[in-house]
Amino acid sequence: MGFLDRTGRTLFLAELASGMALTFRYMFKKRATVNYPYQKGPLSPRFRGEHALRRYPSGEERCIACKLCEAICPAQAITIEAEPRDDGSRRTTRYDIDMTKCIYCGFCQEACPVDAIVEGPNFEYSAETREELFYDKNKLLANGDRWEYEIARNLEADAPYR
Amino acid sequence: MSEVKIANYMMNFGPQHPAAHGVLRLVLELDGEVVERADPHIGLLHRGTEKLIEYKTYLQAVPYFDRLDYVSPMCQEHAFALAVESLLGLEVPARGKAIRVLFSEITRILNHLLNVTAHALDVGATTPMLWGFEEREKLMEFYEQVSGARMHAAYFRPGGVHQDMPAGMDAAIYAYCDRLLPVLDDIEDLLTENRIFKQRNVDVGVITPADAQDWGFSGVMLRGSGVAWDLRKSQPYDGYEKFDFDIPVGKNGDCYDRYLCRVEEMRQSVKIMRQVINALPGGPVSSVDRKVVPPHRGEMKTSMEALIHHFKLYTEGYKVPAGEVYTAVEAPKGEFAVYVVADGSNKPYKCKIRAPGFAHLQATDFMAKGTLLADAVSIVGSMDLVFGEVDR
Repeated sequence: MGFLDRTGRTLFLAELASGMALTFRYMFKKRATVNYPYQKGPLSPRFRGEHALRRYPSGEERCIACKLCEAICPAQAITIEAEPRDDGSRRTTRYDIDMTKCIYCGFCQEACPVDAIVEGPNFEYSAETREELFYDKNKLLANGDRWEYEIARNLEADAPYR
Repeated sequence: MSEVKIANYMMNFGPQHPAAHGVLRLVLELDGEVVERADPHIGLLHRGTEKLIEYKTYLQAVPYFDRLDYVSPMCQEHAFALAVESLLGLEVPARGKAIRVLFSEITRILNHLLNVTAHALDVGATTPMLWGFEEREKLMEFYEQVSGARMHAAYFRPGGVHQDMPAGMDAAIYAYCDRLLPVLDDIEDLLTENRIFKQRNVDVGVITPADAQDWGFSGVMLRGSGVAWDLRKSQPYDGYEKFDFDIPVGKNGDCYDRYLCRVEEMRQSVKIMRQVINALPGGPVSSVDRKVVPPHRGEMKTSMEALIHHFKLYTEGYKVPAGEVYTAVEAPKGEFAVYVVADGSNKPYKCKIRAPGFAHLQATDFMAKGTLLADAVSIVGSMDLVFGEVDR
């Protein structure tokens, strides 16, 4: 029986026919792809995307130039210079991130004691030139202003685990 | 007519060939269609990881491990985390261990899904790749939910894991296990009995158990030849001894057996994941030794001592007592290990990485000699090479 069974299967292309039937059934399944620029995949609150420097609700920048992010960055992508401001508070005069060096490990936002530097939910910041990816303080603060709502919501959602 | 001597044809296979699985440059000496000599050239993806790690603190070294074998990132962090923990004598809490096992097995499925389907693509089957990638995408969503990144997670840290899983994620993974198995069945329906797939793989790239051991094979490459060797069984780490699972072994040591082993390993991984979730312990996910693991944010913002620890750990890091250790984990591709030499400072004195793919690749000539050119593709495909770890 085993011989007949095997020969019959070989002769009638049984496994090829059942394979074709299987792929045919998949045509009627729900589509797995998304229509990208209009639809996007899910992102969790922990997603590590484009960097942003945040401000306090008063408009004062959070960063106190402690340079922990600069110290922990494994790729040495962050450069900070700081000096006391006229009102005596310590602030950065320069905060650069080389986004081409960054490896998006998230250590900077872990290290930041005041939640100033964060990796926000934005992943669509491709540029045509390399220079556009050398972010300076103004660009990072602008990102912070632009994404503050989402960043604050994500930080709140993730707060119990941090 | 006098006899004409024809020189053998030398052919470059890769580094831009899609079946070379990355940047493998394989120089093949062909006599007609028969491979006379196969000479793999490596180093096109060399980034000097081992040397870089000597200049990074132990925490900063973690993301480098994701980028070795970028198809199974967390298993490699696991080896490094175990090495540092053993040097420090640090105990990982039960929940941390369980989450590590859970995500190691997710990683194994991620890796095998890619390898099985890419191997099928190499020998002519396009469809399984699309199905495999859909499932990989769902698994990478779990990665993203715990760590924030779909691939380069930096999630397993010395001392445990970085953050606890979000609430409800264990149930989501459990539910996903039920949805994965039918897809594996479908992939098997397409491939396992398929005559083309069998013609390309059965009795191709046969390696005997003795040869496999001599060439330093590990993982599926060794088990495909019938050697039941699995580090999860032979020297269990992070509580693998508590889980009930089988080691699939092959009979003939050919590409087809290795394919069957990989599919079965995915099923066993699902079995382990279910057991982990059913018995998921509570408590902290990483060590509470504040000299190694940074404090939680709430604590850091209210306690001066915690703030000092936070600053200390994120600048200087922690000092690891002098000593050396070799820790191996059963990565999806085989025995992945790190050999760390610590000199008592905050940086490793030396960090040697033992990549399974490197040992497998060196047998290319041995396995491909005398086979047809098309079989060389099958052999390279079943070796499960990723050049991030081979070139390091």
